[in-house]
Amino acid sequence: MSQPLLKLTGVTKTFGGIHALSNMVCEVPEGQIIGVIGPNGAGKTTLFNTITGAYRADAGQVTLKGVDVTQWPSYRIVREGIARTFQNIRLFSSMTVWEHLLVAQPHGEAAWRRLLPIAWANPAAQARATEVMEFFGLTAFRDRPAKSLPYGIQRKVEMARAVTAKPKLLLLDEPVAGMNHDEAEEIRSLMLRLRDTGLSILLIEHDMNFVMRLCDYLYVLDFGVLIAEGKPDDVRANPVVLDAYLGKDD
Amino acid sequence: MSTYYASLLAESGILLLGALSVYIILATGQLSLGNGAFMGIGAYLSSWLTVTMNVPLTLALVISAIFAGVIGAIVAFPALRLKGIYLAMATVGFGEMVRSFFLNFDTMGGAGGFRGMQHVGVGTIWLWAGGILIAVMLLERSRVWLEMQAVHDDETAAGLIGLNTVVTKISAFAAGAAVAAISGGLFAHHNVYIEPANFGFERSVEFVLAVILGGSTVAPGSLVGSLLLIFLPEFLRPIADWRLAAFGSLLVLVLLVRRQGILDRNLLRMMTFRRAAA
Repeated sequence: MSQPLLKLTGVTKTFGGIHALSNMVCEVPEGQIIGVIGPNGAGKTTLFNTITGAYRADAGQVTLKGVDVTQWPSYRIVREGIARTFQNIRLFSSMTVWEHLLVAQPHGEAAWRRLLPIAWANPAAQARATEVMEFFGLTAFRDRPAKSLPYGIQRKVEMARAVTAKPKLLLLDEPVAGMNHDEAEEIRSLMLRLRDTGLSILLIEHDMNFVMRLCDYLYVLDFGVLIAEGKPDDVRANPVVLDAYLGKDD
Repeated sequence: MSTYYASLLAESGILLLGALSVYIILATGQLSLGNGAFMGIGAYLSSWLTVTMNVPLTLALVISAIFAGVIGAIVAFPALRLKGIYLAMATVGFGEMVRSFFLNFDTMGGAGGFRGMQHVGVGTIWLWAGGILIAVMLLERSRVWLEMQAVHDDETAAGLIGLNTVVTKISAFAAGAAVAAISGGLFAHHNVYIEPANFGFERSVEFVLAVILGGSTVAPGSLVGSLLLIFLPEFLRPIADWRLAAFGSLLVLVLLVRRQGILDRNLLRMMTFRRAAA
């Protein structure tokens, strides 16, 4: 088997005696959508924060294409190819949609290009931003302050910002939370189209239906411990998972 | 132009540079109340260079700017751990440190001040002030400025979209310090006399005031703020003793009505691209 894109081995994160994540093991192969599910407080967001360097893992290893990124600062992990969105949307309050797409571009440019007005010095950045904007159907909102847009659109802006940097792996933290059925369907088709461009996706989600129809493989967390994994149908039938979600039948 | 207005214009040009020095740092979400110190460093170093070493003024200003920039970057390192009001307090402390250094720096006059500089006129001052204002306005359209805004808005998210927030914040401090030093160099060579008291806390506050009054989200705001801060008290002279009270009330009023200052992005857009925006 070829090397997985992302691989976690024995990742542990504790907060003063509480094991938010214990000995977590998972893999994201290239070109797949992988789901992480579990009840509230199961450690899903902690998992994302640890992968992206927002938290330092106390033990274990995170590798991206074989490169150990466990102790790297966030910005280097992002530049290596992991982009993410947030459960509570974190857009930049002073920026328009267009500016969000410009600021999140790949980060290898020469200094003079970055210091001169984008309109003169950086046609490539503009082309990339336009491409992403069209992909996500955000053209109509180009010059609107991102924070003034409806919730569903803000989610798309955040996803677009993450995708602009040309990541290899996209981490989505509850991308359809608070959305109605039609909006969620739209996000689902966007995710499938993104996967078809070769992007791998690791997804946290509460909505079981949504996850079951979308993911190639699932990991189930409870109290920071991996309690089950498998294809959606296997996980659905797994009694351990049902117990975690619905409570044990004594 | 009368010498009276010329001197007011010169003062506002110097203040504009000071305001821009605060503005650049503020763009990354850091409030510096110590830029008077960077101004002082620029004033003393450039004066020493022109008077003692016979260096031409332009070169002296550039050297001072680079030197102050390095000091700014060094100051920014410990400041990285501080946010908001705590950072502001630390910069006040830095300002006092530099002021008392010059107070005891007898080689350049100590408390007695330093003199002997060649006078520069309002033209030279505005050449620098205008040039740097335009440079900042160009910078505002760049990728780097967007990165600064991102750090300003949400530092954690900025890091998680791949921005090196540490480099951004330190560079902003260095750039701000360099601009303040140029302001100081021009101040020294305009007034041909400097003393440590010129570069104290009040000076730092004046810079911040110009930015907040004129508009803290666009560079031309600093221009508006600097002109108002210098000229308005003069225009209020007819009401004699009440003029400073009136000036203070106006300030409070502006900040109550327009928290972002007089100029902001929307107002600028309306003035420049009326049709394009519609």
